[in-house]
Amino acid sequence: MAQIKSPDELKKVREELLLRRDSGNPCISICAGAGCLASGAGEVIAAFKEEIEKQGLTADVDTKGTGCPGFCEKGPIMVIYPEEICYVQVKAEDVPEIISQTIKEKKIIDRLLYVEPSTGEKATQESDIPFYKNQERILICNNIKIDSKSIDDYLAIDGYAALAKALFQMTPEQVLAEVKKSNLRGRGGGGFPAGRKWEGTRNAPDPIKYVIVNADEGDPGAFMDRALLEGNPHSILEGLIIGAYTIGAQEGYIYVRQEYPLAVENINLAIKQAEEYGFLGKNILGSGFDFTVKVHQGAGAFVCGESSALMTALEGKAGEPRPKYIRSNIKGLWERPTVLNNVETWANVPLIINKGADWFIQMGTEGSKGTKVFSLVGKITNTGLVEVPMGITLRDIIYKIGGGIPGGKKFKAVQTGGPSGGCLPENMLDLEVGFDELTKAGSMMGSGGMIIMDEDTCMVDVARYFLEFLADESCGKCVPCREGVKQMLKILTNITEGKGRVGDIELLEELAETAINASLCALGQSAPNPFLSTLHYFRDEYESHIKEKRCSALYCKELIAYHIDPDKCQACMICFKKCPSEAIIGGKNMIHIVDQEKCTKCNTCLEVCPARFDAVKKISGEPVPPPIPEEERTIVRGGKE
Amino acid sequence: MSKILLTIDGREVEAKEGMTVLEAARSVGITIPTLCDYEKLEPYGACRICTVEAEVKGWTKLVVSCLYPVEQNLIVRTRSEKVDRIRKMILQLLLSHAPYARDLQGLAKEYGADKDRFEKESSFCIHCGLCVRYCAEVKKKDAIGFINRGAKREISFVPEMITSKVCWNCKECFPLCPTEALQAAYGLAEALLSDSPAFESESEE
Repeated sequence: MAQIKSPDELKKVREELLLRRDSGNPCISICAGAGCLASGAGEVIAAFKEEIEKQGLTADVDTKGTGCPGFCEKGPIMVIYPEEICYVQVKAEDVPEIISQTIKEKKIIDRLLYVEPSTGEKATQESDIPFYKNQERILICNNIKIDSKSIDDYLAIDGYAALAKALFQMTPEQVLAEVKKSNLRGRGGGGFPAGRKWEGTRNAPDPIKYVIVNADEGDPGAFMDRALLEGNPHSILEGLIIGAYTIGAQEGYIYVRQEYPLAVENINLAIKQAEEYGFLGKNILGSGFDFTVKVHQGAGAFVCGESSALMTALEGKAGEPRPKYIRSNIKGLWERPTVLNNVETWANVPLIINKGADWFIQMGTEGSKGTKVFSLVGKITNTGLVEVPMGITLRDIIYKIGGGIPGGKKFKAVQTGGPSGGCLPENMLDLEVGFDELTKAGSMMGSGGMIIMDEDTCMVDVARYFLEFLADESCGKCVPCREGVKQMLKILTNITEGKGRVGDIELLEELAETAINASLCALGQSAPNPFLSTLHYFRDEYESHIKEKRCSALYCKELIAYHIDPDKCQACMICFKKCPSEAIIGGKNMIHIVDQEKCTKCNTCLEVCPARFDAVKKISGEPVPPPIPEEERTIVRGGKE
Repeated sequence: MSKILLTIDGREVEAKEGMTVLEAARSVGITIPTLCDYEKLEPYGACRICTVEAEVKGWTKLVVSCLYPVEQNLIVRTRSEKVDRIRKMILQLLLSHAPYARDLQGLAKEYGADKDRFEKESSFCIHCGLCVRYCAEVKKKDAIGFINRGAKREISFVPEMITSKVCWNCKECFPLCPTEALQAAYGLAEALLSDSPAFESESEE
């Protein structure tokens, strides 16, 4: 491919490309994102290639491995164009039938369609599935349409049109004005207005400036940025180039964690392709603007997602944060003015340039515009990636899109904002999702992790879990975080182990105050949030753990006991046989008893006890009833009638 | 350099652009406690004991004075209920490592910090980084560094620097250590090395 040297040439290349593609061939798009690959998408793609060749259809059917469309729960997912027939949980053995029935005969295979569990209705197209129907997908909608390794696919959906528009129809000042008008706020967690950040860097006198993509996504359970990087890397690149043009940077970096091998591969390939086509390098599209990008792989430290630690790591030093009394957009990488934005923020930029800020600000709330991608995980029916307009309620995300809580369990809390975020209870579900709204409620937007918890979740243990994560990920430089978070973790662990003492809550609050006010970086400053939000909304759980040694969720092992109800036990011997630690005392026609000394609280007896007996109970905060006397243990059964 | 006027504890202080609040305070004899600060080293901002209240345009925030640059009309309060509470907590956290360190004991008395507030830790190190930074910034040797992260972070000598006698002939970092941790780390490294053939051949010279 020769370099494209003008916007007219780009237009011509795009027209030729679309003409060439207008073959009328059916196209089979199979998600090749990390989630679907893990559920066997690789084998499905191979099976399609084999079957198509076997049937001599190579010239008549196109196949592509695409990015993640989001519905990971039902992976591997595929869509057949032009009819847009969506099949879920496809296996390699389904492939011959799909080719012979759907591709050749144009017949839909019923059993591969999505069935809505609440109504039993089948959905033929993606847009009929409630999971998708209630979303507003401006970013991830393209993932299933394009081969994530093909720049031509990106060009076919108008890719790099925003770049051409910015370079040839707009001055940097106009681009900046548009981004400011859109009120695009940082999707990485902080929510700082991107336009204001860019403006500071643009106005800084230093002639050498940098732009950075923060792709060091590290929150437990979060995979929004991964899906965008893997699925549509050019959209991020295009946003970055536009940003560089706006602020006057000639070098950019993509800091991506090495735990994302497919993302690293796809973004590297995208850079190579963009260089070949003339979207990167010297004199981009003949505009006179030069810009190059390098990929830097993170070495696995969560704290490097913090902007100043990321820049320190990019400079080749240990990834420790530095104080930001002078903002990094004025004095950042190598002390030069630097704009650092998150993957999703950059991916929004081409859309804003193409469609205009006025289009963008139609979506959202007063303070938060556009959409937000969340990874919806935990105790939720539809696990996956969702993109919703700002201002949607938590309830709509969890119930309309997420399909509610599985297994007939009750909702307890939703955790947003990753380890720095907080947990919100049932009565906050009508909260509108937005940066300021979530912060006000004691949680935060964060980068978009959304973990749903049901009634079996212990909120003290949730706080303990996140503090454990943060204590491990703290860089260890400043005292309030290194020592303070460690002490908070110790106390929380004690509480979950039944060693909590009166005064622990107050001590935790004191430690939290020091960490929030005196830590060096955002990791330490926000580390107490999981504790503070769970204390605010679930204080009774802390108190019952400490005072009554009771875990109301029946989760904390040290605070629970298993007990067999002698009135219900039918001496069926199932738990007796399945118990891995021989802690069930019993026998034929002998009511079973749990030996509390031997019991390891593995939950097996409760799981295997037949539902019609329902004899095994978990108890907490009360003494285990004494075993019934030996003489009463024998069950006398009537003869067979 | 332009002159900057700011207020520290109610006193008007004249400072030069580029100075930190800590430097400005010291220039007029106002004391702010520090643990990781040393005149020959770049400010580090790790111990956070020099946290003060800074008021800019009516907004009050807590900042570390060793790094916060002076600015026109800045109002600084080096003591307040909140500042004292935070310093007390920082001291208590550090005292769990080094209950008998003299610098800490003096401050503990002033701020009412209880050395037994937290369970004792086996390490004496308070991670002020004076040894590590002195070796890197002043001696340019990098013979000692931090290893690991978070609660597991500790100082460690680079064995080659001991075997090649760089450390033997220097030891300038020793008096900087506010606790006994540095000497312990050195002793440990030396003891571990005494088994190695390289060390023996060096020491026989």
